[in-house]
Parts: sequence; C-alpha cells; structure tokens
Amino acid sequence: MPLNTILLTLFALLIFSYFIGRKRSLTLSGTGKGTTNLHSLPSYYGYMVAIWVGVPALIILTLWSAFNGSVVSSLTIAGLPDSIQIQSQDALSLMMNEIQNIAASGNIDAEPNPVKRDAARHYLQLQGISTLAKTVIVFAIALLGLAWGIRKIKPDVQARNTVERVIRFTMILCASIAVLTTAGIVMSVLFESLRFFGDVPPSEFLFGTHWSPQTAIREDQIGGSGSFGAIPLFVGTLLISFLALLIAVPLGLMSAIYLSEYAGSRFRAVAKPTLEILAGIPTVVYGFFAAITVAPFLRDLGESFGLSVASESALAAGLVMGIMIIPFISSLSDDVLSAVPKAMRDASFGMGATRSETIRQVIIPAALPGIVGGILLAASRAIGETMIVVMAAGLSANLTINPLEAVTTVTVQIVTLLTGDQEFDSPKTLAAFALALGLFVITLLLNVVALHIIRKYREQYE
Amino acid sequence: MNSTITSTQIIQASLRKRYAKERRFRFFGLLSILISFAFLIVLLFTIISKGLPAFQQTYIKLDVTIDETILGVTKDSEHNALYSASYNKVIKQTLTTMFPDASGRKQKRALKNLVSSSAAYDLRDAVVADPSLLGTTQSFWFLAKDDVDVFMKGKIDRSLPETERRIKDYQLSWIDALLAEDRLEKRFNTVLFTAGDSREPEQAGMKGAIMGSLYTMIITLLISFPIAVASAAYLEEFAPQNNRWVDIIEININNLAAVPSIVFGLLGLAVYINFFGVPRSTPLLGGLVLALMTLPTIIIASRAAIKAVPPSIKEAAVGLGASPVQTLFHHTLPLAMPGILTGTIIGMAQALGETAPLLMIGMVAFVAEVPQGFLDPATVMPVQVYLWSDSPERAFTERTSAAIMILLAFLVVMNLLAIMLRKKFERRW
Repeated sequence: MPLNTILLTLFALLIFSYFIGRKRSLTLSGTGKGTTNLHSLPSYYGYMVAIWVGVPALIILTLWSAFNGSVVSSLTIAGLPDSIQIQSQDALSLMMNEIQNIAASGNIDAEPNPVKRDAARHYLQLQGISTLAKTVIVFAIALLGLAWGIRKIKPDVQARNTVERVIRFTMILCASIAVLTTAGIVMSVLFESLRFFGDVPPSEFLFGTHWSPQTAIREDQIGGSGSFGAIPLFVGTLLISFLALLIAVPLGLMSAIYLSEYAGSRFRAVAKPTLEILAGIPTVVYGFFAAITVAPFLRDLGESFGLSVASESALAAGLVMGIMIIPFISSLSDDVLSAVPKAMRDASFGMGATRSETIRQVIIPAALPGIVGGILLAASRAIGETMIVVMAAGLSANLTINPLEAVTTVTVQIVTLLTGDQEFDSPKTLAAFALALGLFVITLLLNVVALHIIRKYREQYE
Repeated sequence: MNSTITSTQIIQASLRKRYAKERRFRFFGLLSILISFAFLIVLLFTIISKGLPAFQQTYIKLDVTIDETILGVTKDSEHNALYSASYNKVIKQTLTTMFPDASGRKQKRALKNLVSSSAAYDLRDAVVADPSLLGTTQSFWFLAKDDVDVFMKGKIDRSLPETERRIKDYQLSWIDALLAEDRLEKRFNTVLFTAGDSREPEQAGMKGAIMGSLYTMIITLLISFPIAVASAAYLEEFAPQNNRWVDIIEININNLAAVPSIVFGLLGLAVYINFFGVPRSTPLLGGLVLALMTLPTIIIASRAAIKAVPPSIKEAAVGLGASPVQTLFHHTLPLAMPGILTGTIIGMAQALGETAPLLMIGMVAFVAEVPQGFLDPATVMPVQVYLWSDSPERAFTERTSAAIMILLAFLVVMNLLAIMLRKKFERRW
C-alpha cells in the first residue's frame, strides 16, 4: 500500500476506534445509571482507545519511512557482485543512483548492462517486500492497540488523566522542536564545515584574502586549485551592512522620535502601519528594485559627476537594504522611547527644556541601550540578508571598502556555491557550509548581545 | 536692576535660537518619515509602471489556409497523425504568402518569428478538435513573439538607427502592414495566469508558481500551525517556572526568529534532502523548510494572544471543576484564537515572500509544467520573480514586475485579512 493509503486507512481506523471506545464505556457504565459511575466522560475513553491505536502505529510508520531508503539501498548494494563491491564509496553511491533511476523508469529491460538490470530488479523486489511488511506491521500494531485499548476500558480507569498526560507530553515535544531545529542547524552546518576544514586549513579560510572557489575537475588541471580566503567576503558583507545602517539608523531613529514624541494620534495611526509596509515587502522585490532601478540610477548619477560607479556597486545594494531595515529600527526604537518613564520627561519640561532638548539630553541617553540593541538586531538582519545582494551585488570577491565598487558577500557566495552543479563532497560546496557557520555564529552573537542589552534596559525601568 | 535685565535678556536671546533648533529637530523628524514614504512610493511606482503593460499581450490575426498537402494528412487521418503533423510549415507558408518580399535565411527566420512558437500548437489543437477545418482558410489570433509585443507597447524607439534596434527595418515594414490591416491587437494577458513557466517570454505564465506557492503554503500551515500553538500553549500555561529546559526552549525560539533565512535552506539541504531523502524541488520540501522558519513568528504571536486572555476566565473554569487541559481547550484557546490566527496569517505572508532558503533546496529549477501535487517539482512566486529577473529578454523585465504585482496582491489580501480579523474579533477585557 502506498503511504497515502496507509495514512488514510489509519485515520479512518482512528475515528472508528474513538466511537468504539465511547460506546464500550457507555455499555460498561450500564444504561440505567447514566455515566455517573464512570471516572471520566465517555469521549475520553474514546480518545484513549484512539491514542492506543494511533500513536504506536504512527511511530513505527515514521521510523520505517525514515530509514527505508538507506536500508533498501545497502541491501541492494550487498546483493551486487563482489567485483563491484570493492569499489570506492562514491562509485557505489553513483551506481546506486543509476539503479534507482532504472527501477523508477519502469522499463528495466531497456538497460543493456545485465548487472545493473539484475540489481534494479533486486531493488524493486526489496522495495516491494519493504512496503508490504510496512503495511502489515503498521496495521497489526494498530489493531493490537485497538484490542488492548478496549480491554483497558473499565469504569474506574482514569481515562481523562491518561489522555491529558499524552496531550501534555505532545505539547512538550512540540515546544522542543525549536531546540531540535537549532540543534539541526548547528549539526548540519558544523559537520560539513569540519569536513571542509579537513581539506582547507582554518587559518587560510579565516585570514586569507583571496577567494576563488574553483576546484580541479581533473588531477592535472592548470590553475584548478581553489583558494578559500574568506576575508573579502566578510569585508564586503560588512561594507554593505554598514551602508545600510548608515541610511536606516538616522531615518529610522528620527521617524521613531517624531512618531512617539511629536505626531498626533491620527498621523501616528496612519504613518506607523505605512512604515511597516516596508518591512512586509518580500526581499526579492527589493533586489529587483535595486538591480533594475537603483543601480543604473546611481551609475548615471556617478557618471554625471565624473565618477565611475560599478553597475553592481555596494552602494546600490546598501541603499536598498537600508530602506528595508528602516521599519525595524523605527519600530524597535519606538517601543524603547515610549518605555522611558513619563516622570523623566516631566522633570525635564519642568526645568524649562524644550521638547527637542528633552529628547536629546534626557530621553535618548535613557533609551540608549535599547536603541543600541535595536541597531544590533537590524545589523544582524542586514548581514544575513540574501536576495538583495544576490540580485544587486557582485559575484567576484573584491577586497575593497570603496562603496562605488562591486563587492560580494557571504550570502551571495553561499547561493552561488550551492545552486550550481551539486557535488556534495568537493571543497567548493562544503565551503558554503563553512561560510554559513560563520554567518550563523555572527548573527547569533549579535542577537544574544542585543537581546541581553534590551532585557537589561527593560528591567531598569520596571 | 541691571543684573535681572541681563539674565532675562540672555534667556530671551537664547530662546529664539532654542526654538529655531526645536523647529529644525521637529522638521528633521517629519522629513525622515517623508523620505521613508517617498522610498515606498518610488518602489511601488517603479514596479507598477513597469509591470502594468505586462497585463496586456499582443496577438496577431493570420488567415491560415490549412493545406492538406503540406500537412500530409486528410480529414480521415487518425488522431495521432493529425496530432503530429507539421503545423509549423503551414504557419510559415501563410506568412510567406502574406509577405513575399522576405529573402535570405535571416529575413525568413525573422518573418517566422513574428508569431510565437505556440501558434503551431494552437492550430494543431483547433484541427484535432475539428478535422473538417482541413483544406479551409480560417482566421486565427495567435500570440505575437515577444519582440513584436515589446514594440507594440512602445518600448522600441523607431528613430534609433537600425543597428541599435532589436527590430530591423524589414520587420518594421511587416508590422506596419499588419497594423494597417488591423491584424495586430493588444488584449488582456490571460497567458500570464493560465500558463506555466516558459523560455519564451510571451508564453510564460505564473500559474505554475502560484500553484507551487499554494501547495508549499498548505504544507507550511499544516506543520507550523499545530506545533506553534501547542508550543505557545505549553510555554504560557503549563511550563514550570525556573525550569532549565523551558529556559533553553525560550532562548531558542527568540534566536530562531533572527537566524538568517538562508541558513534554514542549508538545514533543509543537509537534513531533509541528504539525511531523510525528501525529494528535491518539491512543495513538500519547501513547506517543511518554511514551516521551521515560520514557527517562531507564530509561537511569539500565539503566546501574546494566550497571555491576553484574562486569568479570571481560567480561574472560573478551574473553579467549576475543569482540568487545566480542559480549561485550555474549552476556554483559553478559543478566546485567544483571533490573535493566534492573525499571527499565523502574518507568518504565512512572510513565508509566501521568502526566497533565499528555497534557492538552496532546488526550487530554482526551470519547471514548465504546472505542479499537480506535493511531490511534483515546483517553484514558488518569489523564486519565479528571481528567475525572470535573471532572464536577458527584454519582455521578461515587465513580466517580472507583473509577477511582483501578483505576489504583492496576495500579500496585501493576506494582511488585510489579518487586520480584519483583529478588528472584528479583538476583545478588550
């Protein structure tokens, strides 16, 4: 049975078992006495039975499906003639891919190589056995669960407590998925990076100033040895992020000050959501805008001043990224500014200070930690931003801090390294994971520091 | 006397300066808001002015003589023969009879390129549906080639010297002749909504991407919504105070919200594809990756909504004998649902506009067919924007803008829905 059918049948069985459980509990309670002698409401007995049917079966099904592929593959490989078995791991996995393709094509007889033909048949046969076994085992367990659940129904069984324990446990599992995700990110990035650092020494990656991730396809290729110095990428990333902050910080902060200190409630009600629109526009739209409108505009502008501006200048990407993060800065600063206690304002006004003097000399110093935290969050967002730089920044690594030249960034390189031809073992693709590790660590640090500062600041006034 | 006057004078003299400063400061505040608005307006204006023409498409009317000898079939031929006959030749024949002046290979190819390559398929479908058309002369409206379309929309300047134009003088003379006979017409561009992607700009449509987005979003919603609501409810209602595991979970959720989206793509590549073997380029995979990304947004919004439910309601339920789980499912969650749904819609809107992680998991592949399910290779709307913006053909620029307009329209609808939900069901206790 295919997976969909198994799931659907299982679902139908669940509903069926719920009703059986309910009915059974009602019967046990005796018709005359109502439900008063049951510990829980009848529906809880139904749920209990359904849990007994569903949970073990689903666990088995998930495990089976997750490991089915690798087990069947290794069995197929084990069935190959010994002459092929002694080949390297890569050759074997390539062979396995071919066998799967032949099997999936549905036309095994068209394959000229008899070894592969037999292997494909063997593979299909194993798949068939696996699917059949899966179906039988899953339903056997479901039915056993049904029988067990029904047997367990007695008037004094605490069905509600059982069901609620399962619900609570499920909720804890769901909440832990966030931790699992983080763990998954760290593991996947870290392991591949370690493999990368097995080929390329970390010192070259961290301190090298030359980035050209070509690797030799043939052994004797000239100029095929790549160099993986990541300094130009990180400098490029920082340059573009710095330009973005240069635009977003003054504009965002001044907007927030105006909105929270000067604007009337009606203007605020219109202006705040309008600013937030900027944050809701997909980044791919900003990228298109930067590449099609802003970059040519800047180039023409530069030409009229006699400056040569690259058509993929860091300035264009930074400018547009700055527009994108204005709302982050403004809404975070807005929150922070309005958290400053009114007493401080009143005291300042009472001393005869004007509004702007109060803002500059009292409110901003008081809110500074929160504002800095907000800027750090915006910086981490700018560093991790991908689409704008993929579409508007350059591809070649260029160690410069001139905003009129084209630079490349960490995210751009990750995308270019991983969207091309995929061979998972070359240092070229593994380099992307090393870059991602760097990106993850930097943004994580920025976030931890920023959240820490903001929390400290909040405590100060609470 | 003297001293009081001086101090008042000093203050008055400085007051003017201070007020001027005050006005300047205030003006800068207003100015920065206006600059931000100006950016927004310029952005939207650029996209809309570039994208609007793409909602129209040029069609060419040709009087096609469906010649049985050229096709090599008759009315009684079998379906397969009718289907595989060379309709291209018929169209070529029609064009050469209309414009016999085309000479040389280059001009002949240019002549054939007045109409899109889909013309032959349109003709084939018409003939297969009604074989009695064979041997007759019929008028058909065919899609014009992208160059003709771009010209018709006034994007090619006739006054430029011929060498700098995409459309040469002889092509211009044909177009003028067609225009004189009213054989060129701009119509509403239905192709944009009914076709999948194509290498030919005039045949490229958004339907594949829209369906891909739909399937991806369904997976994202099905996975992230229950998990996020369960996590939020647990963290707000059941989590023990000062428990180390709970602290770790909370810190993780906050940090996940700020992890660069591209890193989620790498997670999908390393864990989902390479470890679990989820098929590449599919909505299932995209939905799984986006679900992890959307989780923190929905969890944070749901926690706020659950927190806003007044304790008195929960206490009343507990007082009447409800268990904590019953209180949650019967009272707290239903009351918090509008807030949770608003957060969910906002999270889904974010996921709908997300591009970077999907580039990592192969959703950038060129997919011409409209996906039919969760396991078909697909692309999504923002990735379609990215793909088209990368294409060199001029006509793709306006299609890209049109695709952005469609994407933004979906986002606007989703956000309006969220605002309406909030307005309609928001309760203040």
